[in-house]
Amino acid sequence: MNLRTAPPSAAAALVRRAGGVVRRGWLALRTLSGDDAFERYLLHHQHCHPGTAALGRREFYLQEQRRKWSGVSRCC
Amino acid sequence: MRGKIIGIALALVGAFAIGGIALQRHEPINSLWIVTAAVCVYLLGYRVYAAWIASAVLQVDPTRATPAERHDNGRDFVPTHRMIVFGHHFAAIAGPGPLVGPTLAAQFGYLPGTLWILVGAVLGGCVQDMTILLMSTRRDGRSLGQMARDELGPLGGFAALIGTLLIMIVLCAVLGLVIVNVMKHSPWATATVFATIPAAMIVGLYLRVWRPGRVLEASVLGLALLLLALWGGGWIDHHPQWRGLFDFSALSLALFTIAYGFSAAVLPVWLLLAPRDYLSTFLKVGTVMLLAVAIVVTHPQIRMPALSIFASGDGPLFGGKVFPFVFVTIACGAVSGFHALVSSGTTPKLISSEADVRLVGYGSMALESFVAIMALIAATLLDPGVYFAINSGAGVVGATAAEAVRTISSWGYPVTVEQMHALADAMGESTLFARTGGAPSLAVGMASIFGSSFGKSLMALWYHFAVMFEAVFILSTLDAGTRVGRFMVQDTLSHLWPSLGRTSWYPSVLFTSALIVGAWGYFLYVGVIDPNGGVNILWPLFGISNQMLAAIALSVATGIIIKSGRRRRYALVTLLPLAWLAVITSVAAWQKVASPDVRVGLFAAASGLAHKLATGQLSPERAAVAPQLIFNQRLDGFLVILFTAILWCVIADMLRVCLRRLRGRPLLAGSETPYVSSRLAMAGQGTGA
Repeated sequence: MNLRTAPPSAAAALVRRAGGVVRRGWLALRTLSGDDAFERYLLHHQHCHPGTAALGRREFYLQEQRRKWSGVSRCC
Repeated sequence: MRGKIIGIALALVGAFAIGGIALQRHEPINSLWIVTAAVCVYLLGYRVYAAWIASAVLQVDPTRATPAERHDNGRDFVPTHRMIVFGHHFAAIAGPGPLVGPTLAAQFGYLPGTLWILVGAVLGGCVQDMTILLMSTRRDGRSLGQMARDELGPLGGFAALIGTLLIMIVLCAVLGLVIVNVMKHSPWATATVFATIPAAMIVGLYLRVWRPGRVLEASVLGLALLLLALWGGGWIDHHPQWRGLFDFSALSLALFTIAYGFSAAVLPVWLLLAPRDYLSTFLKVGTVMLLAVAIVVTHPQIRMPALSIFASGDGPLFGGKVFPFVFVTIACGAVSGFHALVSSGTTPKLISSEADVRLVGYGSMALESFVAIMALIAATLLDPGVYFAINSGAGVVGATAAEAVRTISSWGYPVTVEQMHALADAMGESTLFARTGGAPSLAVGMASIFGSSFGKSLMALWYHFAVMFEAVFILSTLDAGTRVGRFMVQDTLSHLWPSLGRTSWYPSVLFTSALIVGAWGYFLYVGVIDPNGGVNILWPLFGISNQMLAAIALSVATGIIIKSGRRRRYALVTLLPLAWLAVITSVAAWQKVASPDVRVGLFAAASGLAHKLATGQLSPERAAVAPQLIFNQRLDGFLVILFTAILWCVIADMLRVCLRRLRGRPLLAGSETPYVSSRLAMAGQGTGA
């Protein structure tokens, strides 16, 4: 589609859609790498154990690393 | 209807491409034929065979709640989108194996490796990964060893434990050897690889102290540090004084690797292991994608013949004929038993619907197999003479450059000393002769692909980038393997002395880490002093052990299918690949043990060397190491016998269980969790998602 001749609303929709794709890609990258693990844990904690103290960011990170590397998590 | 048209188109294009590969025998073929054939075969396997296995044999049921849903704890049990699980699983299974194996197997020509990678993956490896993934998902994410114990009996469980421990030791040794051979007398490679250790530690401190858990920020920092290490290595290599500080013999580098492995195993995971893994995962996925793009853009010609003269044996990389050794050399990329350990235990806890196992299990393995195809292309696009000059040990082709090129050219694969010098010069290395282990020739192949797509002037940089890429994730496999081995030893020893089982008790940590590192360090040491390069012995040993683990996994799967009471002939889906693995592993093991050819038979080699030593035919240097080599060859021979014995014990145990089932005798109850209806699936239907 030629952006210059398209009506402004169509261009805006296109930009919005591209923005949505980039946003979804960014969120997927965060989940894949484990960048948002703590936020997901907090959400789960608030939902399932309200009123109890959640772990801090550092404590959670260290516990997760210990758990992850206690079994086979990498191959040849 | 649309699906059928796509299927027919895939079948036609795939058949055309495979026909092209098979018929163009006397002229070089283009790598695009191989890429096209591979993509069509994987897609057909995924769309037709995997879909049938999922629905008919495994009876995948999307309405059944998975452990991730039932035990959701926001940590290891988390229902996760299937594309994310696919990414996690692929990152976990993809290691250095599919890069090294196909490179070594290229000595037979490009055809045997290509066919085995495609057929082995689609009918064997992918099926194993998907089947074990579903079975573990139905058993709360139990490990392969636990499933073997629950479904077959204590013998199966014990065999899986011993098999896993042994494969870990052989794997760490052979990977250590590969990395030592890349670094020996190469100041650039050594400096860069060494610098990745403090780089990983800085990332570890960032994640622990400064910005806990901010993985993406830390990874960007780490990747910048890795590129700095690459550039810094080049600077050191050009510096007259500094260069000498990083110029090490293979033996010193082996000792460094052993010391490193021990440190990595006893240091806290957050400091070295975890950050290194973040870096290696990014580098791995990024490089694999870049390589795929570069191969399609440059579509290089394959220079290696379809079948080399070594298909009938006597290859310079390792002895033995194409049957059975191509099937043992390429384990990862076709069938890898190790994957069954990740497919059980870790990944099942993330699966949100049983319907996802086809994409995650079958799909990830197909992608890993494609990585193996790319490695094969990178190895076979080199001039065969160059390929053999890089990969042949001094003990096979002669110690000097002139001797080596004379031997290799006499095989009909011409190469000159000047050509090798010019190539080494372009790659920023002093020499490329006898750089065994597969990694240097893969790096040369990758550098030529990257160089012709993104600039030839940067060839030396690309070569060392490829070396760094291999080294970073070989070292991360070494760290992780040593750690898992340590836990297994601690678990076993806890039966003798409970304190040793406490994974955080420091005396136990030091003792068990030393045991594991000592075990693989021994094989690494002997590999380094072996004038034939060591990889020629260790890689087939690794292949046999990996196929043995695959056979254990397929036995468990076959036993479960027969016990489930579904149609008996469905068990052929896992029984046929199992039978094939049993045949090739046993034939390879028989030849490694009984062959009178000293290049194949381990005991024959030991006796031959002992005879030469006794009659004084060896030079003083070779006579000094001969007793250790003789002992090691015999030890390796016994290991092969042990692997084969374990393999047949598990197969016999599986057959016993199947016979009892067919005769209607009582069986172990098994550990499949009862059906619970999935709320996630109902919610999905409700919203129309």
